[in-house]
Amino acid sequence: MEVLSMERVPVRELDAKERIKSFNEVCLGYSEEEAIKEASRCLNCKSANCVKKCPVGIDIPKFIDHIKKGEFKEAAEVIFMYNNLPSICGRVCPQEIQCEGGCVLKNKGQAVAIGKLERFVGDYVLENNLDVVKRKPMNGKKVAVVGSGPAGLSCASTLATLGYQVTIYEALHEAGGVLVYGIPEFRLPKEKIVKREIENLIKLGVQIKTNVIVGRTVTINQLMDEMGYDAIFIGTGAGLPKFMGIKGENANGVFSANEFLTRANLMRAFLDEYDTPLKIGKKVAVVGGGNVAMDAARTAVRLGAEVHIIYRRTEEEMPARLEEIHHAKEEGVIFDVLTNPVEILKDDKGWVKGMVLRKMELKDADETGRRTPVEIEGSDYTEEFDTVIMAIGTVPNPIITYTTNEIKINNRKCIIVEEETGETTMEGVYAGGDAVTGAATVILAMEAGKKAAYAIHKKCHPGEM
Amino acid sequence: MYKILKKKTLAENIIMFEVKAPMVAKSAKPGQFVIVRIDEKGERIPLTICDYDKDLGTVTIVFQVVGASTKKMSKLSEGEFLLDFAGPLGNPSQFVSLNTDELKKKKFLFVAGGVGTAPVYPQVKYLREKGIDCDVVIGTRNKDLVILKDEIEALRCGLYICTDDGSLGFKGRVTDFMKKLFDEGNSYDEVVAIGPMIMMKFVCLLTKEYNIKTTVSLNSIMVDGTGMCGACRVTVGGQTKFTCTDGPEFDGHLVDFDEAINRQNMFKDEEVRRLHHSRECSCF
Repeated sequence: MEVLSMERVPVRELDAKERIKSFNEVCLGYSEEEAIKEASRCLNCKSANCVKKCPVGIDIPKFIDHIKKGEFKEAAEVIFMYNNLPSICGRVCPQEIQCEGGCVLKNKGQAVAIGKLERFVGDYVLENNLDVVKRKPMNGKKVAVVGSGPAGLSCASTLATLGYQVTIYEALHEAGGVLVYGIPEFRLPKEKIVKREIENLIKLGVQIKTNVIVGRTVTINQLMDEMGYDAIFIGTGAGLPKFMGIKGENANGVFSANEFLTRANLMRAFLDEYDTPLKIGKKVAVVGGGNVAMDAARTAVRLGAEVHIIYRRTEEEMPARLEEIHHAKEEGVIFDVLTNPVEILKDDKGWVKGMVLRKMELKDADETGRRTPVEIEGSDYTEEFDTVIMAIGTVPNPIITYTTNEIKINNRKCIIVEEETGETTMEGVYAGGDAVTGAATVILAMEAGKKAAYAIHKKCHPGEM
Repeated sequence: MYKILKKKTLAENIIMFEVKAPMVAKSAKPGQFVIVRIDEKGERIPLTICDYDKDLGTVTIVFQVVGASTKKMSKLSEGEFLLDFAGPLGNPSQFVSLNTDELKKKKFLFVAGGVGTAPVYPQVKYLREKGIDCDVVIGTRNKDLVILKDEIEALRCGLYICTDDGSLGFKGRVTDFMKKLFDEGNSYDEVVAIGPMIMMKFVCLLTKEYNIKTTVSLNSIMVDGTGMCGACRVTVGGQTKFTCTDGPEFDGHLVDFDEAINRQNMFKDEEVRRLHHSRECSCF
């Protein structure tokens, strides 16, 4: 018998020097041979920890076992029982703290590359146009899903397989939420992956209506009373950007990461033949240390700028995935840690010309366990920048809750739901994802969407569960 | 896809489209706007709603050809389509939330600059249908640029026209004429000004002197129009507000116009470059 390798099969990536010249996907994924080789490292644990740590509980040993035997379609059938968007999840989940964090091999060497294997299977389904979803006959019930981001997509696909007639209402002109406007092309290809996984949902019978802003174009009450939906799921995310509130923040050349990324990703501003403009200078500051900050920084690198991450804690406290920080560094992003902007300086035409930065030091941990940054007095210095991108977080958009008083929100502007079911304070209306939790991860939003779908099913068909 | 049912040139470079968009028409109120994207490669452009018909399911928009996108849009014909048409966006005009008795106690003066006459029209129409007293001042460079004159006249309100060259009505700026109106003893409870930022700024400076509440409708740069990016942010009363979700109407006396004008010019270089090298251009 072959000796178990402690090291995972490396995944091929574009070279850093090459990849910063384009928006092509950095990670190339496994070939069939590589996938089989990596799959054979799995020990097929009886009580698998990886499954427990997957938010949607995919039967990981089972799908990996099929890959081991070269049965890729069978592997897909297993995954699709739990998750309809494996090409997306395999790419953007923080596996190191989820499934791969629970892998027993981690104690002796490297965890099985579960994310890369899931991605391999998802891409295999797309490339071969496989139909692997099993669905129940239509049950005559209608559900409206508001928002086509990860939460809405997962809720809609779960309901569709359970036999519901589902319509997704999306405010933007393209479905996908943060998958299309936020996460850049070089991490998650839009045409090749996102669009095609969404097309598979349409094949399940899910209708997607774009350009509908629920709360403005149509209200929740109208959906319920006039349009006759049996239930509604709200997955509108946390898309409202925060600003620091410092002097000069409205200068020209200061963007929220959402604006910068929306122009680049959704509007394809980096391509000359598209009409949306995007202007960045030679030296860009990105304020923040999360995944959004890394995405903005790496996008700015590809637009030809020298890019600095300005973060008030140290690299250790950064909420961004290790892989993203690593990629950003490889691509030449400069990390200015323990630094915080206190003022943005303008030239006489109202454009950014620099920032006043203050050095920070870390004090004891707060109640959440993160060490608190404290300003060092007299440490202010000025550095020149011609673009500043604020990536310091987002909060839920209030359009729906402003126009629907029955849906209550908490003091963080998040929709209040019953933990078990995801039902809001308005009967028959459910919510999940960032609209409920505040900015979190793609897979947690998908889990919430799925949970609400089952709660809706339980209410509509109490006997079946 | 949203069909252009009617196209009409109102003045040089000012075009009106009547668009089939039943869901938008059903919910539209005065003061709101839409976001339009012409085609797959197009940008998202905010345009104010000029009129709407809930029964026919139509929305009328009026736009001025100022850049590459509006130029491209001006070439579309009746029967052709706009790819995306999202709305209604923004808050309705504040007076929409007042009942008729409260409105009857007020007299409004609307001040429209150029293409700003288009968003003024549905507001005046709304008020006149409830029998509320309004006067309207339209200001343009010359008589050929005055739009919607007949439509506003049909609403039977006081209508005054100012042209820079005196080719129609009062010769001079709207602010000169407003001063004349106020000094002649006309009194108003509220002024609503919609037009170029610079015009709104000077209207506000004047009405501040006369201590008249003034509402302006800001035409900031926008991307999504739903509050998710902050491209349209403005400083109002010292606080950052998003024009698309907090506005587009604000108390004009609290708006930082210099900053707003500056932000509006953010992409001017690109805009000029694109206008000269737009996709239909054959020079490369």
